[in-house]
Amino acid sequence: MAELALRMAFSLAQITVVMGVIMLTIMVLTLAERKVLGWMQDRMGPMEVGPYGILQPVADGLKLFFKEDIVPAGANRFLFSLAPILALVAALIGFAVVPFGPDTTIELFGIQFKPFIISDINIGILYILAFTSIGAYGVILGGWASNSKYSLLGGLRSAAQVISYELNVGLAIVGVLLLAGSLSLVKITQAQAGWFWNWYVFAPPFPQLLAFVVYVISAVAETNRVPFDLPEAESELVAGFFTEYSGMRFAFFFIAEYANMILVSCIAAALFLGGWNAPYPGTALARMGFVQFAWVENVVWFAAKVYFFLFLFFWLRATLPRLRYDQLMRFGWKVMLPIALGNILVTAIAAYLFPR
Amino acid sequence: MAGSEQLLDYLGRYFPVLLFIGIALAFGVVTLVLSYFVQPKYPESEKLSTYECGSEPFSDARMPFPVRYYIFAMLFVIFDIEVIFLYPWAVTFFKIGLVGLIEMLIFIALFVVAYVYAWKKGALEWD
Amino acid sequence: MAQLFFFYLAGIIVLTSILVVALRNPVYSALSLLIMFFHVAGLYVTLHAEFVAAVQIIVYAGAILVLYLFVVMLLNLHREDRYHAQFPLATLLGVTILTEVILLMLQRGDSGAPVATPVIAPPTPAIGNTEAIGEVLYSTYVFPFEVASLILLVAMIGAIVLAKQDLFEQKG
Repeated sequence: MAELALRMAFSLAQITVVMGVIMLTIMVLTLAERKVLGWMQDRMGPMEVGPYGILQPVADGLKLFFKEDIVPAGANRFLFSLAPILALVAALIGFAVVPFGPDTTIELFGIQFKPFIISDINIGILYILAFTSIGAYGVILGGWASNSKYSLLGGLRSAAQVISYELNVGLAIVGVLLLAGSLSLVKITQAQAGWFWNWYVFAPPFPQLLAFVVYVISAVAETNRVPFDLPEAESELVAGFFTEYSGMRFAFFFIAEYANMILVSCIAAALFLGGWNAPYPGTALARMGFVQFAWVENVVWFAAKVYFFLFLFFWLRATLPRLRYDQLMRFGWKVMLPIALGNILVTAIAAYLFPR
Repeated sequence: MAGSEQLLDYLGRYFPVLLFIGIALAFGVVTLVLSYFVQPKYPESEKLSTYECGSEPFSDARMPFPVRYYIFAMLFVIFDIEVIFLYPWAVTFFKIGLVGLIEMLIFIALFVVAYVYAWKKGALEWD
Repeated sequence: MAQLFFFYLAGIIVLTSILVVALRNPVYSALSLLIMFFHVAGLYVTLHAEFVAAVQIIVYAGAILVLYLFVVMLLNLHREDRYHAQFPLATLLGVTILTEVILLMLQRGDSGAPVATPVIAPPTPAIGNTEAIGEVLYSTYVFPFEVASLILLVAMIGAIVLAKQDLFEQKG
């Protein structure tokens, strides 16, 4: 019983830390996005709050927390409050199976713990897929409950877009699963140890480069980011499904969007870019004799890969114009889907002919 | 008993997931409730009316929408199930060998037939 | 402990199933169906059917229920014009099935045959549920598997034929 309680306490601590880090990353991201966009457009970005504007996210958060939360006339109160919570929860709980660092164990009070892995379930990647599809509910219900035409249209568009690209995400990862022979994110990452050409994006017998490109594009579409931000296309739909939202409920949709960005970046890093593995075998710190600090290097590599993707999100936003809705659907169903399917076929045949 | 230990280990992997779901839910609800108590509330009819470019909102906002969305949702359901079949195959690919490869080639061929049919019938066109 | 879980999950499943038909607002019905799907998935997890649990959520909650929600919103039903015409038929069917269930329960009590106790399959940590499914699905059950793909093809054709009228109408 004491062991169970200890395990619970440890999990609780892990989850609290992970949630804290996610929230902190989101705060950094909101500022970083505006700064990066500003620099790319030869502006300064936010400069008013604190030195170089670094306290801007705090100011934004406080403002949203203390702001009047308007429920529009004719809206369904219950669903109007439930929708942002659903969106937020669906975005956050995917992190339960993400391996943030190496699979090492530490011993505390005589019990083995894995500090960087909250849970290693056998169906890790399916669990994440399952809960990203739940995120669509927040969007549809939010749009429907608002009793506003813009919200409803935005919510529907978003739902159709999310399910279309969800399919491509599902197809794109099959090649990696085939090569790794597992659905567990920890096992998939472990299989990519060694030099960087073992990462599945480059790995023989068939590099998953196409799958990687399909995954990244579909991930951008699934998180409703530019150039696929149709559901919230401000020039035609005001703000899409959260037109009528304000205050904390609006903040929840906002946090959910950024949490989703971080989550898809984590998955992309773990599936295609070797997760916590360094591009060289082992870790430099371990070779220099600091074996007990090798995890620092692993975690830094993981974070670097995740931040690379997050930067990509901003870069795309600064570079690309928005697609039209029919272009978006055609691109998803007629371009991405055949490529992902073809990748599976070629990978399977290559893996059969040249087994490792 | 070894069996019960394995059972504990297996279920033990799901406890943190469950805990995470609970904490995320609690975080959402508590934050909303806290915010509810500290925010000002000055409702008035103009403020509460929904946004419609400044003009008075007219007709029911929950209007019927094009059947097109429904068709894509249906296509998604069918394709999603086909994709689900790929996962157990992918995971056991190296164990089932050539037989599995041939089976899946037949399966994907049927998938492609369905896909080409949908394409030719114009079900994948948005307008 | 395991029993406690079972009773919690089963209780919620029964409760939400009743709510699905009892609630007047179809969107609320869909939501309680969503909660039910999650608890069914939980039940599968306790039975070591992890893959089935994931499929339950991905297919039912993530795809089919979204379709339902689209339909509910598409039709935008008003509260009063639901079910009333179907009420006699529903009563007839409900009573028939209930009688059947009661008869079956009585029969089982009479026959004295040993009641099969559900056996919890021993977990195999070396190979997971997904791998186990993969191995049998693509060797022993090849034929049903290929038939399933054929059925999906038929379903796809059916869906498009049903929707075709609207497709051509919209093209004008």
